[in-house]
Amino acid sequence: MAEIDESLLRAIIKDVLREVNTDETKIDFSNKDGGQTATATQVAAKPENTEAPKQLSWFKHVGVAKPGTSKDEVVIGVEPGFAEHLTHTLTGLDHKEVLRQVIAGIEEEGLHARVVKIYRTSDVSFGGVEADKLSGSGIGISIQSKGTAIIHQADQEPLSNLELFPQAPVITLDTYRAIGKNAAKYAKGESPVPVPTVNDQMARVQYQALSALMHIRETKFVVIGKPADEIEVSFD
Amino acid sequence: MKRQQRFAELEKRPVHLDGFVKEWPEEGFIAMMGPNDPKPSIKIENGVVTELDGKKRDDFDLIDLYIAKYGIDLEHAEEVVKMDSVKIANMLCDPNVGRQEIVKITSACTPAKLEEIVSKLNFAEMIMAAQKMRPRRTPATQGHVTNIRDNPVQIAADAADAALRGFPEQETTTAIARYAPLNAIAITTGAQSARPGVLTQCSVEEAAELSLGMRGFTAYAETISVYGTDSVFTDGDDTPWSKGFLASCYASRGLKMRFTSGSGSEVMMGHAEGKSMLYLECRCILLTKASGVQGLQNGGVSCIGIPGSVPSGIRSVLGENLVCMMVDLECASANDQAFSHSDMRRTERMIGQFIAGTDYISSGYSTTPNYDNTFAGSNADAHDYDDYYVWERDLAVNGGLHPVEEEDIIKARNYAAKAIQAVFEDLGLPKITDEEVEAATYADTSKDMPDRDMVADMKGAQDLLDRGVTGVDVVKALYNHGFTDVAKSYLNLLQQRLAGDFLQTSAIFDENWNVISAINDSNDYKGPGTGYRLWEDTDEWERIKDLPFAVDGKNAKL
Repeated sequence: MAEIDESLLRAIIKDVLREVNTDETKIDFSNKDGGQTATATQVAAKPENTEAPKQLSWFKHVGVAKPGTSKDEVVIGVEPGFAEHLTHTLTGLDHKEVLRQVIAGIEEEGLHARVVKIYRTSDVSFGGVEADKLSGSGIGISIQSKGTAIIHQADQEPLSNLELFPQAPVITLDTYRAIGKNAAKYAKGESPVPVPTVNDQMARVQYQALSALMHIRETKFVVIGKPADEIEVSFD
Repeated sequence: MKRQQRFAELEKRPVHLDGFVKEWPEEGFIAMMGPNDPKPSIKIENGVVTELDGKKRDDFDLIDLYIAKYGIDLEHAEEVVKMDSVKIANMLCDPNVGRQEIVKITSACTPAKLEEIVSKLNFAEMIMAAQKMRPRRTPATQGHVTNIRDNPVQIAADAADAALRGFPEQETTTAIARYAPLNAIAITTGAQSARPGVLTQCSVEEAAELSLGMRGFTAYAETISVYGTDSVFTDGDDTPWSKGFLASCYASRGLKMRFTSGSGSEVMMGHAEGKSMLYLECRCILLTKASGVQGLQNGGVSCIGIPGSVPSGIRSVLGENLVCMMVDLECASANDQAFSHSDMRRTERMIGQFIAGTDYISSGYSTTPNYDNTFAGSNADAHDYDDYYVWERDLAVNGGLHPVEEEDIIKARNYAAKAIQAVFEDLGLPKITDEEVEAATYADTSKDMPDRDMVADMKGAQDLLDRGVTGVDVVKALYNHGFTDVAKSYLNLLQQRLAGDFLQTSAIFDENWNVISAINDSNDYKGPGTGYRLWEDTDEWERIKDLPFAVDGKNAKL
């Protein structure tokens, strides 16, 4: 474990150091551009990190994601760095394997999974909000590159949730499958027993700094104002 | 390379599992006085701040605008910013200079000025300064009361247990968000059943948290988070004004509240804008002041692993507590998150606040073993109680807790469990069995508790909200089942909102509902012979001296 952490840490630090960019866009209410609404003028067209995404045969963009109408779908929103810039969670789980498990969990319940790539935010809760708005059932799952996940329902406050998995280091592939399964059950109108929360009070101690480095990197790929892309995944 | 055996052994020590990062100012991985931190400055024209910490008004971000308008005493600001920071730092640890004299100066500081002053102090001087600058004369501490199964019977019993040990404020949260109303009722009922006047809160999503307070399930709130950069604010759909509005919602209902900040959060969320943690925290502190809020929970808090990973980080964390006190805010000084694998290091984490004494030395000492702490573990937990009592006894320092006899704890836990059993029955919530009451009485963790039907509990919780049940219904339930004393305490807690005296800075209640705050118990430290001294607080000193496992020489059977 220690070996993985160290090499990952070094790689991230090196990458981010190379890409440090001070061109922050800020939201400004001072109206100095002559009375236009400030937010409308602040849409950035580009992420802070312009590194080209990896071209993946299993993770294909097929246009802007549209709101679904099918009641039997759950939308999985993955945050901007997922799979195409960062490839593993904090504890080294392969992003492809993570998605495979969540989707399998949903399909076990007889529902369909749709995957979208979120650009507007790297925040797990707001990613969940975007996912559930696209979801025909109103149930969305959001997953950060570091592995943090949430199940969110369309009528909830952004920072509330059906189930939250805030400690990425304790989430296993089995947990991801159970998350998919429970999300599907909520979509069917059931009240499942929540996925048991594992509590490891030392996880934060061990991983917090590394987690910040990963999140900093993911946040560099946020594109303010850009809608989510529909993703076609294949595991064959 | 052939390993040198001592190095190989050292690598096995717990401290090697902690995360350490080298300084990286561009992304905010620097504790204080970073190379990109601004120099203190202020210009005021016609009562309007036109320059703040080197930035012209046209370039102000939201936080600058907010602080410039509401957070600084402009009458003295230009003069104070020009004062020598070393001189102000000297006043902070000079016992001859009283707290009030310093607050006049520090209330007129800009964020960069506050950072500069505090950076002149070494760790021991910060302790000296904090001892004098904390608003309330009598120190205290706050406890977390949670369990990973959200078992309400255990929450009630643990709240009673913690109340007897001396926690005047207790905080719960949930493993599953939908449990919130049950956890809130359980902690409030449990705490009132053992020691009237304990303040209780339930930390959840901000709208839900406010709703719990308005319904009378909780008495105060703390997790209203503010941040040091605009981008972190707006990422969470917030602005300084929306937090200020939320603060006024609590005030309007007579609910105590404080904000939460803490260095490292901006780094954690990827938006430190190249500034040091202490500088960003000084912005949070003035933003809190600007909102008219009486206090702040700060000191790394849940992001403690970030300042803890860089050089001088833990010194800087005590520094941010101190800045909070310097601008006359109640300070709940963190020490509330699992911090280190090393027992030596987690003691180090706490030692500054413990020796100085703060309004709440910990803003979440885990009153259960960390196994059950759903805030992801605290720096010290229920299994550290005896160590903590010995610290207090060894150093004659009031850390806010005292030993309690086992049979008193058993009695209190049982009574609390029975009280919540009655409340559940009266409110039509899923039944709490006698077996559960018995288990909660003797439990250490939720492993000792029978399983509950969690789905039924969550439906009950939702139903409670839908039916518009309030604290008054809890009072009635307690009264209907003969828990008259608990009903009276719970009702009193609700009535206190009308008086509002506990909205004063650093306010807590004693068991007779007397408010102890910075108004009527203001810190008067001015060197030896003044201020709070444990041995002069004779009742509390007796409790701490009377360690149950100390040998009584006179009566020892030898």
